[in-house]
Amino acid sequence: MTAQNTQKKVTPKRKFSRRQNKIVLAVMTVFAAVAAVIFLLPTVLTIANSFMSSSEISANYGAVFSTTESGGKTFISEKVNLKFIPDMVSFSQYYTVLFKSPDYLLKFWNSVILVVPIVIFQLAVAAFASYGFARLKGRLKEILFFVYVIVMMMPYQVTLVPNYLVSDALGILNTRWAIILPAVFTPYSVFILTKVMRRIPVSLIEAAKLDGASELQIFRYIALPLCKSVIYSVIILVFIDYWNMVEQPLILLSDENLYPLSVFLSRINSGEIGLAFAVATIYMIPTLLMFLYGEDYLVEGIAYSGGIKG
Amino acid sequence: MLNGKRSSCQGDENQMKKFGAKPNKKEKTAREKPPKTPWRDKAFPMGCIAPSFIGVMIFFIVPFIVILYYSVVDNPINKDFVFLDNYISLLHNSAFKKAALNTLKFSLTSVPLAVILGLALAMLLDAKIPLVSQFRASFLCPMMVPVASVVLIWQVIFHYNGTLNEFLAKFGIDKIDWLKSDKAMIVVTLLFLWKNLGYNMILFLSALGGISKDQLEVATLEGAGAWYKFFHIKLRHLSPTILFVAILSLINSFKVFREVYLLTGDYPYDSIYMLQHFMNNTFRSLDYQKLSAAAILMSIVIIVILALLFVAENKFGEDTE
Repeated sequence: MTAQNTQKKVTPKRKFSRRQNKIVLAVMTVFAAVAAVIFLLPTVLTIANSFMSSSEISANYGAVFSTTESGGKTFISEKVNLKFIPDMVSFSQYYTVLFKSPDYLLKFWNSVILVVPIVIFQLAVAAFASYGFARLKGRLKEILFFVYVIVMMMPYQVTLVPNYLVSDALGILNTRWAIILPAVFTPYSVFILTKVMRRIPVSLIEAAKLDGASELQIFRYIALPLCKSVIYSVIILVFIDYWNMVEQPLILLSDENLYPLSVFLSRINSGEIGLAFAVATIYMIPTLLMFLYGEDYLVEGIAYSGGIKG
Repeated sequence: MLNGKRSSCQGDENQMKKFGAKPNKKEKTAREKPPKTPWRDKAFPMGCIAPSFIGVMIFFIVPFIVILYYSVVDNPINKDFVFLDNYISLLHNSAFKKAALNTLKFSLTSVPLAVILGLALAMLLDAKIPLVSQFRASFLCPMMVPVASVVLIWQVIFHYNGTLNEFLAKFGIDKIDWLKSDKAMIVVTLLFLWKNLGYNMILFLSALGGISKDQLEVATLEGAGAWYKFFHIKLRHLSPTILFVAILSLINSFKVFREVYLLTGDYPYDSIYMLQHFMNNTFRSLDYQKLSAAAILMSIVIIVILALLFVAENKFGEDTE
């Protein structure tokens, strides 16, 4: 569908002859294909490797991972063998992860109970706030919105210092709340949703008012349904952002048992590289599923985030 | 389907830009003589913002002011006012200098690449090539995959005994220790581009979709070539987006610590020691003064960049109409 649209959009290049056009197009397609392969390669390889048995993994990657951890003396194999297709498809890694070593599942669960509340509450707070921003006018609102943009754009190096101070003051340092609470109020989704809410025609709201709808009803039955698709895309964007978090747990949590899998994955030691591939694959399943089912929403959401004005 | 929506959204934004300045003045005069209804009208929207506003105040603004205060006193207990001393000592701190320099170097190389390659991908998909939606999906895919998941593969590729070195050896090129030499910056840049190009591409694609077809059609009829159309029509319309993507990439480039940490852990090679590493280490020693001063310095940089973007967007907004 999108392909057709893009085709319609481009004006015919009448200066070129048909054949020239075809050659240019072929070259472009090849370029795109090469780029696409490069972009997909790491993901595909990770998934493919998760189906290798642990002996195959250590035979293939021993040269890399035995040196990273123990200083380069115990070579299992001299050569590294990056492979797409395992010699024998084996689910042993998954079996180990799922049934034998509960540690990984625990970390996965840590990720879930951090990210799910963040997504739900950030969206709830943001839906109301963006509606408020869309309805209000005036200099004060614009200044406040700009403050939100600044907070949104601050890198973690900056925002983690305030987060740390507040968590310390509230006594929630080293608990999940230290990560969840600041994340709930991060203005990212307010920013995107405000852009959509602003497009709701005022006349629609006025009409609903004349019909006797209360403010809350207008919000619930007019504003929310109108930006449903962008709400989906914001859910996806917020989810992947926090599913991928590394900085916050490192600073705000000192108890490694609370670490989400995203931090823990990099600490898996060399003996368990095979497991690591399986865990890594399991870890990307939620985001890949979201991508498969919500790609169009995602694209729409990104398109809305262009430009900093509300 | 999306193209239609996108272009209509852009038209709307342009309209907002056009009228953005005027209603405010009216609003001001209205506030001097407040009629009774506006307050009742405003109560609900203000109530809507309240939870978010309180949260942002508690978790970002108030502590930020506290940090500002910390950055100009000698320590949190004594509270002697020292004005810029903390900043001066920070600027003399060799670790900070190294981290800032590395981050700057990284930003200066990766941001132009992220903009140019992002635009190139968008142009590629905007041409009449087949399988556009499949290509789009594969360029977006890295964005969806957690870095932690794929970092093992990157390690396998770039390790001293890794795939890339094996491959280069076939051409008689000596082994390079990608992650533990000055080349580490290249690896980090690649990982950054791999991760961020998809997002930039979508922003450019939506901007390309917003260019009026009539104008391109007219240009074609008047005999304009592809290059002319690109430089004189498309690039002109894209300039606000290019600016925005550049700023966004710049801010993302400050965040690159995540990739570096996952690739190399707490103590990376010198050339990829980033500002976040410096902050992490300072957190561990709980040196509030250094930490606050560094955070304030960085936020000043960001605020200046954003203010410039804001001014530029206003200007471009008038330009393109």
